[in-house]
Amino acid sequence: MLAKAWLIPLIPAVSFWLILLFGKRLPAKGSELGIGAVGVSCVLSLLCAAKWLSMSEPREAVVKRVQWFKIGGVDVHAGIHVDGLTVMMLIVVTFISLMVHVYSVGYMHGDRRFTFFYAALSLFTASMLLLVVADNLLQLLIGWELVGLCSFMLIGHWWEEQVNSDAAIKAFLTTRVGDVGLTLGIIVLFFAAGHSFEIERINGLALTGGISHGIVLLAGVLLFMGVMGKSAQFPLHVWLPDAMAGPTPVSALIHAATMVVAGVYLVARVYGVFFTGFSIYAGGVNYVAVIGGITVIIAAALAFVQDDIKRVLAYSTISQLGYMIMALGVGAWTAGIFHLFTHAFFKALLFLGSGSVIHAVHSNNMSDMGGLRKPMPTTFRTFIIGSLALAGIFPLAGFFSKDEILLGAAKNGYPLFFWVGLIGAAMTAAYMTRACYLTFFGEYRGHGHPHESPPSMAVPLRILAVLSVVAGWLSTPLAGRLRFSHWAKFEIRGLPEFLPEHAFSFPHAGASLAIAFLGIGVAAGYYFRDLGPHGLTRRSALARGGYRLLENKYYLDTLYINGIIRSIQYPIARAAYWVDQNVIDGIVNGVAVMSRRLAHVVYDVIDQKVVDGLVNGAGLTAEEGGSILRLIQTGRVQQYAAVLFAAAVLFAAALVIWV
Amino acid sequence: MVLNQFLFLAAALFCIGVYGVLARRNGVLVLMSIELMLNAVNINLVAFGAFRHNVAGQVFALFIIAVAAAEVGVGLAIVLLIYRNRSSIDLDQADLMKG
Repeated sequence: MLAKAWLIPLIPAVSFWLILLFGKRLPAKGSELGIGAVGVSCVLSLLCAAKWLSMSEPREAVVKRVQWFKIGGVDVHAGIHVDGLTVMMLIVVTFISLMVHVYSVGYMHGDRRFTFFYAALSLFTASMLLLVVADNLLQLLIGWELVGLCSFMLIGHWWEEQVNSDAAIKAFLTTRVGDVGLTLGIIVLFFAAGHSFEIERINGLALTGGISHGIVLLAGVLLFMGVMGKSAQFPLHVWLPDAMAGPTPVSALIHAATMVVAGVYLVARVYGVFFTGFSIYAGGVNYVAVIGGITVIIAAALAFVQDDIKRVLAYSTISQLGYMIMALGVGAWTAGIFHLFTHAFFKALLFLGSGSVIHAVHSNNMSDMGGLRKPMPTTFRTFIIGSLALAGIFPLAGFFSKDEILLGAAKNGYPLFFWVGLIGAAMTAAYMTRACYLTFFGEYRGHGHPHESPPSMAVPLRILAVLSVVAGWLSTPLAGRLRFSHWAKFEIRGLPEFLPEHAFSFPHAGASLAIAFLGIGVAAGYYFRDLGPHGLTRRSALARGGYRLLENKYYLDTLYINGIIRSIQYPIARAAYWVDQNVIDGIVNGVAVMSRRLAHVVYDVIDQKVVDGLVNGAGLTAEEGGSILRLIQTGRVQQYAAVLFAAAVLFAAALVIWV
Repeated sequence: MVLNQFLFLAAALFCIGVYGVLARRNGVLVLMSIELMLNAVNINLVAFGAFRHNVAGQVFALFIIAVAAAEVGVGLAIVLLIYRNRSSIDLDQADLMKG
C-alpha cells in the first residue's frame, strides 16, 4: 500500500483536468468529481496510515522511484518517500481538503466560477500531496510552486474587485522573495550532496558531517528564506492577512491548515540541514527559533487590533506557525509537527466557523456581528471548541501540542523560548476570547436576520470539532499503538536517534494551562465585565502610540512599499525606459536603416544592372541578330535559288576534291 | 557506245537551265528553264540506262516527264494568278516574303 502512495496525489490531479474539461456539464457542476477524488485520496491516505502503524518497529521509510530525466550524466529521479511525517501530512491534507470540499458546496453555492473553484481546489490538493510525498527536493519544489500558484488563483478568485487581485499578487510576490532563497538553497544542496536532490541522502550527509558546516549553514539560511515566505514568518508574513481576500474555505484549506504548513514541513523534512546548520543541538539561541519566536509574539499582538474576523484568525495562524517553527528550532521535532497536526484541525474548524458566520451576516467585520450564539448554535459551539483548542485548554488538542513545544524548549536548553511560548499562549487565549466575545456575545450589530448555515457547512464543522477535541490525546500514553511520537519521528536510515523525547511534565503543563486561563480571564474581564482600563488609548500617549503601531502592522507594509518597492521600482522603470529609448530603439532603427541601405544596393546593382541587363541583353541580341539575318531574307526566289546552287556547287567541289 | 557526248550535252543543257532560272525575270521563262534542267537529267538517265543495258533509266525518265508535266501545269497556274493580281510576271517584283 505504501508503495502505491503515488496514487494519492495523482487522483486529484486527474480530477483537476476532468473538472476543468467536463465540470460545467455535470449535474453538480464538478463538485462531485472533486469531492469524490479527494474522498478516495483520503481513504487511501488512511489505508497508508494503517499500513504504516501496522509495521513493526523500527519502521523503515518506503521509497519508490523511477527515472525522471537524465541530464549531463546526472540521473534525476521522481519518487515517493513515505514515512511517519508523510503519512501524517497525507491525512491532514486529504482530510481537511475533503472537509473544505464538502463545506464549499454550501458556501460557494451559486458562485459564478463554481466549477473553476473546484478545479483549483483539486489542483491545490494534488500539488500539496505531490510536495508531501516527494523524495527529492526538485519534485518538492515543483509541488511547492504549484501550491503557490493555486493559492494565487484562489485568493484572487473574486478578482473583479481590485483589492482581491492585489492581495493575490502580493501573496504571490512575497512568497516568491522567499522562493528565490529556496531555489538557491536547493542548488547549493544539489552540488554539496554530489549531484543529488535526494532528501534522505542530503539529511544523512548533513548530519554525519559529509557536507562542511559552512555549506550546510548557507543552505539552511537559503532554504529558510523559502520557509519564511511560504509559512508566513516574520518579516515575510505580510501576505497572509491580505490573503483573507479569498473565499473562506480557501482560507481554511490553504492559509491555515495545509499550504502555509509547507514551510514547516520543509524544515521538518530536511531537518538534518537545519539541525546541523543552525546548531540546534547546542541550545541557547538560534536563527530558526528566533524567527519563530518573534513571529509568535508580533502576530499575536496584531490579532488584538483586527476588526475583520478572518484577519484575527490569519494573525493567529501566523502566530501558531511561529510556534511550529520555534519548536523545530529548539529541537522539539515531534512537538512541532504534532502542533501542525492538531492546529490543522482546530484552525480549519475556526475558519470554516468564521465562514459560516460571514455567510450569515454578509460581512467580515466583527463590528457587524455580535450576539450570534442564539441564531447560530452549531457554529457557536464548534467555534468555541476551536477557540479553546487554540488557546490550549485541557483536554483539547491545542493543549497537548503547545505543552509539548514549551516542554521541549525548556528541556532542550532554550529557556528564553519557553517564556516566549508562555507569553504567546496567554496572548492567544486573550485574543480568541476577544474574537468570541465580539462575534457571539453582546447585541447583534449587523443588518438582517442571521440564520444557521446549511448541513453541508454544519457537518464539517461538527466533524472537525470532534477531532479538535480528541486529536491531542494521540500524544498521550492512552493512545497506545497510535501514540504520535512512536510513529512520527525524524529518523535517518543508519543513524541512531538523536532527538530527545520528554515525558509529560505536570509543572510545565500546569504553567501553560494556568497562563491560558489567565489570558482568557483578563480578556473576559475586559470585554464581558467591562473591567480594566477602558479608553486607555485616549488618555495615554504611549498606549495610543502602541495601538497605532499595531494598527499599521508595525509599518512593515509601508516599509516594503516605500522603502523597497518604490526605491527599486522607479530607478528600474527609468532604466528600462532608457534602455528602451536608446538600446532597443537604436537596434530597431539601426536594423531599419541597414535594411533600407541594403535594399538600395540590391535595387541599384543587382536588379537594375544584373537582372535587367540580362533581360535587355537577351532582347537586344535577338533584335540585332534578327536585323542582321533579315538582310539575306530578300523575298526573291531567284536569289535563294542562287544560294542553293552555289552551296550545291561547293559541296560537289568538296566531294570531288576530298573523296 | 559513246557516253561522254550525252553527258556533255546534258551538262550544257543543265547549265543553260540554271542560268535561265537564276537570270530571267520572266516567270514563264524560269519555268521553261526548269524544264531544261529536268530534261538534262532525263538525257543522263536514258544515256546511263543504254550504257548499262538497263531499262530502269528509261523508266525513271518517263516518270520524270510525267511529273514535270504536272509541275509545269501547277507552275503556269501560279504564274497566271500572279499576273492577274499584279499585272506583271516579273519575279523581282514578287518579293512579298522579304524579311
